[in-house]
Amino acid sequence: MASTTLPAVKTAPEATSAKRPRAAWARRAFVPSLSIVLGLAAWYFVSYALLTPDRRFLLPPAHEVLTRALLDPEHVRPMLEALAVTARITALGLTVATLIGVLAGILMSRSRVVEQVVFPYAVMLQVVPVLALVPLIGIWFGYGSFSRTVVCVIIALFPIITNTHFGMRSIDRSLHELFTLGRASGPRRLLSLELPAALPSILTGLRIASGQAVVGAIIGDMFFAQGEPGIGTLLAAYQATLRSHDLVAAIFLASLFGVAVFSLFALTSRLAVGRWHSSGAR
Amino acid sequence: MRALIDTMQGVDAGHLLHGQQISVDRVRMRYATGTTALEDVTLSVARGEFVAIVGPSGCGKSTLLRLAAGLERPTAGSVALGTSSAAFIFQDPTLLPWRSVRKNVALLTQLAKLPKDERERRVDAAVEAVGLTAFAKQLPRALSGGMRMRVSLARALALEPEVMLLDEPFGALDELTRDEMQSQLLELHRRAEFTAMLVTHSVSEAVYLADRVVVMSARPGRISGVVEVGLPRDRDAAIRFDPRFVARVSEVSALLHGRG
Repeated sequence: MASTTLPAVKTAPEATSAKRPRAAWARRAFVPSLSIVLGLAAWYFVSYALLTPDRRFLLPPAHEVLTRALLDPEHVRPMLEALAVTARITALGLTVATLIGVLAGILMSRSRVVEQVVFPYAVMLQVVPVLALVPLIGIWFGYGSFSRTVVCVIIALFPIITNTHFGMRSIDRSLHELFTLGRASGPRRLLSLELPAALPSILTGLRIASGQAVVGAIIGDMFFAQGEPGIGTLLAAYQATLRSHDLVAAIFLASLFGVAVFSLFALTSRLAVGRWHSSGAR
Repeated sequence: MRALIDTMQGVDAGHLLHGQQISVDRVRMRYATGTTALEDVTLSVARGEFVAIVGPSGCGKSTLLRLAAGLERPTAGSVALGTSSAAFIFQDPTLLPWRSVRKNVALLTQLAKLPKDERERRVDAAVEAVGLTAFAKQLPRALSGGMRMRVSLARALALEPEVMLLDEPFGALDELTRDEMQSQLLELHRRAEFTAMLVTHSVSEAVYLADRVVVMSARPGRISGVVEVGLPRDRDAAIRFDPRFVARVSEVSALLHGRG
């Protein structure tokens, strides 16, 4: 028995050293893959075992979503065009929210009065459900893409303001004193100390805000449907006409979009501050 | 708050006598919270002198240093600094983590708006002086605690300051690194001839580095005695076993423990 196990032990190191990268990759991917397979199995179970053919439209099977919607150019093209519209609004909304949010965060950290003036509104932005504001936004700004952008800005603003503020307030007092002793001007202090030091925090805020902004843009699409349709506009239309293959496909594309936006900001964080700050390293 | 500190920068030199570099005259420091940190403190440091201040924690010795730097203003009395060229060394290295060693050392020379050639020359010399040339491009996170403190020291040296104010700069280091840093500081003081005021809670560090040791008592901080060290400037680590050194250490200790 010992003679049969011995050669196996001997060859093991060579085998693992050659295969290790692939083996480690496979091991990491195994559980997530299994999870996806199980999810698909559950999906098919619902489509075929729980739903009778006349009610199968409630959840069409995965391959039909693929063939009848995602792989059919006539169906998928309007979805991608709508997604581009939504993406544009998300980008615009996030840009505006970043400009306002970072500026507000800086001003709040500069002055106790500004902090006390701005903070209640920032909290209100966070606690008032954006859906409750939708009717008012409609009356004020109309039912087109401008209102969609407004929803996006409102929903993305809070995390950017609070994280900028937090980042600025967390700067070590000695570092400030170092700049004071060096007789640094205000702008110099902002550019050489405060903004770089707060950057990891600002980027964390942006990462959270980016996820929110996608949600805001899609909600905006649904309620402010005038003008070019966004992906949310299509979701509402598919629901109204019971086009469930297209509905599921559009949800899938919207989710991919959300993941892409979030990953983009995670990557930005890593590239911008990962070198020196642990928050960006992951 | 910050604007307030900025206006306090201009510490006037009006009260300085000839050869004096730092003058603290009958200073009282009381905080808004009601605690009195310093009471009737008078101290004068001559140009080129190395003075160490020792005292129990909370005796206001760091406050004294911050007053000299212009970071705080006394409640009563006056503080004068004979030069605008002073560098402050904090307890922590206080580095910008996104800047390399070299760029951290360059920071104060940039804020002082020195011409580029001059900046480069001084930064190279300062990095060299603390023995970090090989690490010039590294970020602070890649360095040990002692090396980070050396970056902080180099940043001050690059200013080529006339006065160095050091606030327990080696307190957080292990003993071996601390000994090394102390020797290095002595060597730098011999070469660069700056006036130094060092706050520490270590009696042997004070006696080893200083020409004169000022002992303070706790709350409110007062000067309870001054010890002239009287040892030659070019000391090395072995002087710690010299009987004169040991005598000074016990003298300072006695003052510190109220047996003066």
